[in-house]
Amino acid sequence: MAESHIDAVAGAAWDGGVAPFATNTKKLGMWLFLLSDSLTFSTAILAYAYVRLSSSNWPRPFEFSPAVINATFLTFILLSSSLTMVLAVAAAHRDEVRKAVIYILLTAVGGILFVVLHLMEWFRLFAEGVTPWSNHYVVNGQPGDPLFGGTFFGLTGLHMLHVSIGVIYLCIISYGFGRRKFNADHVEVSGLYWHFVDLVWMFIFPMVYLMSVSLKG
Amino acid sequence: MTTHEAAVETHQPGSKKLFLWVWFWLLILTGIETFLAYLQLEPRLMLTILVGLSLIKAALIVAYFMHLRFEKIGLFLIIVPSLVFCLIMILIFVFPDSLRIVNLHTLHP
Repeated sequence: MAESHIDAVAGAAWDGGVAPFATNTKKLGMWLFLLSDSLTFSTAILAYAYVRLSSSNWPRPFEFSPAVINATFLTFILLSSSLTMVLAVAAAHRDEVRKAVIYILLTAVGGILFVVLHLMEWFRLFAEGVTPWSNHYVVNGQPGDPLFGGTFFGLTGLHMLHVSIGVIYLCIISYGFGRRKFNADHVEVSGLYWHFVDLVWMFIFPMVYLMSVSLKG
Repeated sequence: MTTHEAAVETHQPGSKKLFLWVWFWLLILTGIETFLAYLQLEPRLMLTILVGLSLIKAALIVAYFMHLRFEKIGLFLIIVPSLVFCLIMILIFVFPDSLRIVNLHTLHP
């Protein structure tokens, strides 16, 4: 009696028998995490826009060369690492373990390159005298708004933290997938995270760098 | 046999060629953005164009790289509308206030 009841329930979409979103739980969980994380980043970016808009002495310090060129190169690195990640997921689903592991590791190398180049830029700014709480810029005869450093290092730092965690995550996934402890679904879910980190940079890059190019003349 | 069929069903759509095209277009859009920074347009116009281009890039990444286009519509419906709603709410309640502060600066410098 009880068994037949379970059988009847198992066929219905909303009664636990069939996944309503036709995905595995890991993937649904990652999507929901990314939803909440995207709100974290959106509020951070909107807070940056708020303080910038309400400030009368906001500096626009980035020269087109080298700062913007450098940031464009960082964008190129992240986009290319997303490409290798998507190829890794495709290879994992075709069960080409070796190829998938190589692609995942290439993605991780892209992430490491991104963090290193970005940190080098940070240290250049530190050397110039820009810190999270002060800067040496002069705007409209006033000292530059100290919130410039706070929002710049806050936003890019939060993103860099995500990239660093992503690199660790990818290394663990590639190790586990290479030893067949993880399956292709795990690779796909880690791919979702990595693409999200890439996506966030698509907003930070124009808002923080391109809108802060120093005006000519 | 049934597990094999299930595995075939969940096989990822999208070919290498498609991914390369998406990557190529993302690079083109990035190039346009950087070129706009070189031109130095009026800030408000610049911001509008940049946000527009960024939204297109985000949509490309979500749709193709994150496979959302190939998922069931239900997954899209639980994620995107709620996010858009939250962002609109933040915009409505936060931005008028920052504009008020700008006016304070101009009226009482």
